[in-house]
Amino acid sequence: MTVPLQPPRRLLEITVDGEAVRVPEGSTILDACTATGTGVPTLCYGDTLTPKNACRVCVVEVEGSRTLVPACSRKAEAGMVVGTSTERAEHSRKVVLELLASSVDLSTTPRAAEWIEEYGARPERFGPDAATVEQPVKVDNDLYVRDYNKCILCYKCVDACGDQWQNSFAIAVAGRGFDATISTEHDAPLTDSACVYCGNCVEVCPTGALSFKSEFDMRTAGTWNEAEQTRTTTICSYCGVGCNLTLHVQENRIVKVTSPHDNPVTHGNLCIKGRFGFQHVQNVASDG
Amino acid sequence: MKRKRAEHYDRLTHPLVRENGELRRATWEEALGRAAEGFRRNIQAHGPDAFAMLSCARSTNEMNYVGQKFTRVVIGTNNVDSCNRTCHAPSVAGLSAAFGSGGGTSSYQEVEEADVIVMWGSAARNAHPIFFQHVLKGIRKGARMFAVDPRRTGTAEWADRWLGLNVGTDIPLAHAVAREIIHSGLHNQVFIERATEGFEEYAASVEPWTLTVAEQVTGVPAEAIRELAHAYARADRAQLCWTLGITEHHNATDNVRALINLSLLTGHVGRYGSGLSPLRGQNNVQGGGDMGAIPNRLPGFQDILDPEIRARFEQAWDVPIQPRYGLNLTEMLEAMAEGEVTTCYLIGENPVQSEADSLNCVKRLSMLDHLVVQDIFLTKTAQMADVVLPAAAAWCESDGTFTNSERRVQRVRKALEAPGEARDDIWILCELARRLGHDWDYDGSEQVWDELRAVSPAHKGMTYQRLTDLQGIQWPCPSEDALEPPFLHGRLWDPDPAKRGRLAPFAVLRHSPPVDLLDEEYPLRLTTGRRLDSYNTGVQSSGFASPLRRGENIELSPEDAARLGVTAGEEVRISSRRGSVVAPVHIDPALRPGLVFMTMHFPDEVDTNALTIEATCPIAGTAEFKAAAVRVDRLVPAKAG
Repeated sequence: MTVPLQPPRRLLEITVDGEAVRVPEGSTILDACTATGTGVPTLCYGDTLTPKNACRVCVVEVEGSRTLVPACSRKAEAGMVVGTSTERAEHSRKVVLELLASSVDLSTTPRAAEWIEEYGARPERFGPDAATVEQPVKVDNDLYVRDYNKCILCYKCVDACGDQWQNSFAIAVAGRGFDATISTEHDAPLTDSACVYCGNCVEVCPTGALSFKSEFDMRTAGTWNEAEQTRTTTICSYCGVGCNLTLHVQENRIVKVTSPHDNPVTHGNLCIKGRFGFQHVQNVASDG
Repeated sequence: MKRKRAEHYDRLTHPLVRENGELRRATWEEALGRAAEGFRRNIQAHGPDAFAMLSCARSTNEMNYVGQKFTRVVIGTNNVDSCNRTCHAPSVAGLSAAFGSGGGTSSYQEVEEADVIVMWGSAARNAHPIFFQHVLKGIRKGARMFAVDPRRTGTAEWADRWLGLNVGTDIPLAHAVAREIIHSGLHNQVFIERATEGFEEYAASVEPWTLTVAEQVTGVPAEAIRELAHAYARADRAQLCWTLGITEHHNATDNVRALINLSLLTGHVGRYGSGLSPLRGQNNVQGGGDMGAIPNRLPGFQDILDPEIRARFEQAWDVPIQPRYGLNLTEMLEAMAEGEVTTCYLIGENPVQSEADSLNCVKRLSMLDHLVVQDIFLTKTAQMADVVLPAAAAWCESDGTFTNSERRVQRVRKALEAPGEARDDIWILCELARRLGHDWDYDGSEQVWDELRAVSPAHKGMTYQRLTDLQGIQWPCPSEDALEPPFLHGRLWDPDPAKRGRLAPFAVLRHSPPVDLLDEEYPLRLTTGRRLDSYNTGVQSSGFASPLRRGENIELSPEDAARLGVTAGEEVRISSRRGSVVAPVHIDPALRPGLVFMTMHFPDEVDTNALTIEATCPIAGTAEFKAAAVRVDRLVPAKAG
């Protein structure tokens, strides 16, 4: 008896910015770009999730295509000619960044500032009265915080909580248009919702709208220092499933826990104990 | 609903020794000296078998290897065991009796690709949430899932069919499934003939268990039993998963064998996608046994009674190894009561709160002449010790490996410095060995691991580098150049009888209902288990502020609550034939009338194990945590009229 092998995958050749690249059938344009080392910005793309095509920041130009296409979801086809930095693609990316940055707080979105500069985006051009999603931060439990000032409505948290991973369905999109928000049922506090505090939404959030309470408190106090943090992957100390935890440690204290997305046990997912149940090791009496 | 936050434990940051009945701070030198001296005194007076070690299923493989070596080499006894005894020892015993190896036979990935998944006595949705994500993937791909559980658990909510059996009737249900399969001609005759033995006797033994009889005994409708039987037998790939609902019974090994029988009957073992998966409850309970921290096996799960294997270890360690099994945890506790075990080295375990019939356990530990506890907290057990040694938390303050439920050995890495004077387990063991005449010194965990690899064929090919590169490797891994399939016992399907090896025996089993009988005085069946956000005796999980935590409750069906005239939140007295506790009522419509549920997470507030019965499985020694007879009384008598 042997293990069934995956069917062999043909290689396709496509052209990215004039460079020929061969990728396995089923790969996306983004995969091809990664293979050639071509940087394409992404926000709503998640390596463990089905693409939602929400943010449009990864759009590229494909020869023969009427519209720009999202690189993260569009499958590569043989002979495809892709331009990642054509004038049209870059202009679109610039406007997307301007619209997002004028209405949403991108201050904790990794690389956002860099992209804004790279594409010459001017979020301030909509003036001081531009509509924003500004609202109070939701702090309703001791484990994680929801700051929807920073939410770009990428839906990754909804998918992680829903049928793609956690299957708890504690959150969904409520409202329409600019008033759409990610919400629990009837906008109840998490403590009255179906939330089981696995934090798998925090794991996939691209902007820091969802964050550990420990991170939120440290940022508020001005003590959060990512440059000083170490990241060490170890194994959870609770049940026997063997989930891989990456411990983010600052000044000998665990400040946040993530899980490797390519791990065969977790695929980046944890439960409440693995994600938040670390405090016992750092409960040390002050006179200790 | 009352929201309760249990008192958390603070880390131990320096050694403690007992003086005039009180524990006081000590230096490492003094504490290690006292610990070693006590061991020496007892061994000199009563021989090495007066010593017992409880090794830590929470610590690394490397620590467990050194711990069992300490027991066998420094002390000279096989009295080493761990809390595997309170959970999955019956799984190990049952699987090794059938297949010669005690591990689960499948991988998580295979669950995703099964057609039928049976979750038997397993609240995995809450107790093993990330395993259950693999089950959910399978369900999303079209697998049918059957949940067999007295409670309608979170797992059952995702099932095609929930088979709510009476507590302790697993064997009748399994037998009825088997009989239905045989009578429908759905058994795998080719596999049975080629790979198993004892089918005729087995078939005869299940013959009385018609669907009707089984329905009467188990409470599961005949039609549901029939449906499970047909679905399981007809599946191309079927996974049979179980947890403590199977193993925490007085006849637990028989329960496990009853499930294994079903896999043999249908050929659902030894193939990709088909197999048996006991879900282990602790991060390294699989590894602890694999490392030989059990009384009947040497590292690599090799039998102590085999003279050739013993000879290999005697050569490697340069000491004679006793040619007999040591005492298991259950027997150790009995031997303490008899005065045969007089000293105990207890690493990272909290039997005072985790054992069934906890009051009895306290009594036995207090009879010891010398108790050394090594832990990260001053647990209730540590408070009884003569010497307390503060340890590093293995999972984040040590380097090493853990082995998970799918036999995957994965690297554990040090991310934090241990607080105060707390030290690594292996350092402590070596310091004690040195004081007892063995000059041990390991230069890090990798050196221990390489020593283990040299004596355990199943781990030989797992270098630290490979474990890192491949994100863990499942045993067996005999070669550094190759990987074995992710499932075990493919040999059973080999056309060549020589390669097929030892045939897998069917077990002929008898139904034996729970020991603690229900009667008019104790009419309710108490079963215990875990909640999503908490863990075992709560020593770890009380440390974080879970919004889900509501403290200990007695969970009652709405029917029983109405009959008793109690309301949610009301404190009631719960009594068994052994003890009595007070806890608030929680009403759970997922419970059937007559069945009540408690956890063991808050023993400092409500000592649930004062109620449970220490009726143990004669083969594996696991106690019947899942079936106590209790009564529930109102604290304030209801006013007449």
